[in-house]
Amino acid sequence: MAMANKPSPETETTLVMADGQPLKKALTRAMRRARLRAFLLVIPLLAFVLVTFALPIGQMLYLSIHNPVFSDYMPRLTAYFNTHPEEGVPNEEGFAALVLDLIDAKKNRTVGRVGTRINYDRAGSSSLFKSSARKAAKFKGPSYKESLLEHRQDWADPKLWNVMRRAANAHTFDFYLAALDFTHDANGNLIKVEPERRIYIMLFLRTFMLSTLIAGLCLLLAFPVSHLLANLPLRYSNLLMILVLLPFWTSLLVRTTSWITLLQSQGVLNDLLVAIGLIGDDGRIQLMYNQFGTIIAMTHILLPFMILPLYSVMKTIPPSYMRAARSLGATPFTAFVKVYFPLTIPGIGAGTLLVFILAIGYYITPALVGGSSGELISNQIAFHMQSSLNWSLAAALGAILLFGVILLYWLYARLIGIDNMKFG
Amino acid sequence: MALPPHASLGEKSWHYCYLIICALIFLFLIAPILVIIPLSFNTEPYFTFTYEMLTFDPKGYSLRWYDNILTFGMAEPDRPRNNAWWDDVWANAAWFHAFKNSLIIGIAATTFATVLGTLAALGLSRPEMPFRRTIMALLISPMIVPLIITATGLFFFYAAAGLAHTYLGIVMAHAMLGIPFVIITVTATLTGFDHSLSRAAASLGASPVTVFHKVILPLILPGVISGALFSFVTSFDEVVVVLFVASYDQQTIPLQMWNGIREQISPTILAVATLLVIVSIALLTVLELLRRRSERLRGLSPG
Repeated sequence: MAMANKPSPETETTLVMADGQPLKKALTRAMRRARLRAFLLVIPLLAFVLVTFALPIGQMLYLSIHNPVFSDYMPRLTAYFNTHPEEGVPNEEGFAALVLDLIDAKKNRTVGRVGTRINYDRAGSSSLFKSSARKAAKFKGPSYKESLLEHRQDWADPKLWNVMRRAANAHTFDFYLAALDFTHDANGNLIKVEPERRIYIMLFLRTFMLSTLIAGLCLLLAFPVSHLLANLPLRYSNLLMILVLLPFWTSLLVRTTSWITLLQSQGVLNDLLVAIGLIGDDGRIQLMYNQFGTIIAMTHILLPFMILPLYSVMKTIPPSYMRAARSLGATPFTAFVKVYFPLTIPGIGAGTLLVFILAIGYYITPALVGGSSGELISNQIAFHMQSSLNWSLAAALGAILLFGVILLYWLYARLIGIDNMKFG
Repeated sequence: MALPPHASLGEKSWHYCYLIICALIFLFLIAPILVIIPLSFNTEPYFTFTYEMLTFDPKGYSLRWYDNILTFGMAEPDRPRNNAWWDDVWANAAWFHAFKNSLIIGIAATTFATVLGTLAALGLSRPEMPFRRTIMALLISPMIVPLIITATGLFFFYAAAGLAHTYLGIVMAHAMLGIPFVIITVTATLTGFDHSLSRAAASLGASPVTVFHKVILPLILPGVISGALFSFVTSFDEVVVVLFVASYDQQTIPLQMWNGIREQISPTILAVATLLVIVSIALLTVLELLRRRSERLRGLSPG
């Protein structure tokens, strides 16, 4: 408090602008205006990306935990389930709600979607719903339970009712459970699905393993080539660089087509092997529609993404380092391991992560050359989007994949920095 | 890379081994692309070299698959080739239809991505930009997030917004996918940009718009053009999103190729692929010329 009556050094030495306002204040204002100007330049694009990218993905994530098909199209039965929480086959009241909902659903042509929704968890329900809805309009009088059971005995199955009860909850984590090969048994307990239907965990693992293998192969192939490119005189390396950049710039489908041409059983590679007598004409090797096809085609397609970052790092390593190590008595091998290799690690990290991130989301190439043993998790997402129409499961699988990619992306941003991403 | 004269025998043999390994890897990179070029001139509907092709017999080579690019999908391909025939090509040929769509969508998406992306890169490269890293990470993420996820999201979003099966929807999606490339190339050009140049112009009385047009734009133009090329190629090559949100009317070349490979694969695909390789060679040349120009402008030693 003793300091209070002393004039503070600030007021004493304040610099002012020509118009009398303090310089500090004017500077803060100018800084704020500059920040605002920079931000305004970014705003249109930010808004665009939020609307066309972040919003759709957010919507997809919401769909993976929210599926209102059953509760929207079967409102009476949903209300019945909410007021009667006990499990198992209900009494006449529940059946009455079911029949009236089925009649409405038939009228609104939504019974197919309801049937499909139940069919995810109990096979054969789709036709059950359709036939029962057709029949329901003809039921007379209040003994709905009897009439429906007479039509199809399936309606006495407690598992079916438990499945419907769960489907009536619009908000559910069931699709994530399904995406991890879990389901509910007749009593509502969480169990693993039958061993022959456990495919998603296996596919996630396969996607992970194949991506690791592909990233490893890319690294193995990219390392010597990048080293050569980085150490040749520019005249030659620019020419050789074309061999890397041309595949990089060539359409993905063109490169996949090339591999189909090469790997087919009547294709170029098999013909070559037959011609030089390594295999007989009847012993043509199946090179495509299996994991081998996926691995070789994806390695080829992703190789430039490994070479380019590795090359740009190796370019900055002065050749005198290796000469210095050699002149101090290191063997070529020791000099490479102790001096050169550690310096290339940033490039190895950047390239490997980039290739791995791109590989785990690949869809087109595995779909065309992979067959069933070479398909990745993306192919299952596409299958559920286009064929089985289990969109919520597709969204849940996508969400798990997205989580993995974002984790890797975060790692990439932390270790390498997004600013260092470059092409060509 | 030449070996010193005192290299031992072991070093020498390792050096030649290494060169051979590199040559094989380069072969692996380029051979699959080159092999389809002669095959696209095959007379027979095979995907391999016939005896006639290997002996360079002219009978083994033909342009029938290139002709098929034009006639596939036409109403009356066997009519005499007069103006009416060409009108038929213009109106009905499936590949031509796909080419028109690819070009329209590619140009529209590139324009959109380049304008918005360049503006944003100008903002992002200023040191006073708030939340720079976070926003940058978000704007780059369409490149990182698997296309299948983006396409799934867009499928639901467009169905709800009424943008499915429209050109606008696909142009917006492709612009979004091209934006990361524009941002990356333009910010890379701007890191070497001397900001005192624009301050000097401003102090001499130029308005911000004039500064942009006369000082900034000419210097960052190579980055902008190569970003635009990247975003055009992204759109021209994109198939997953188109597969999910387009109808036949918006069929593009990659989608037509995808359908061709899945349904009835014929060497026509190889003819189209060869034409696309020629397009990529042209793009690569443009990019290389741009790189040399920008190096010359910045006073770096030419390669």
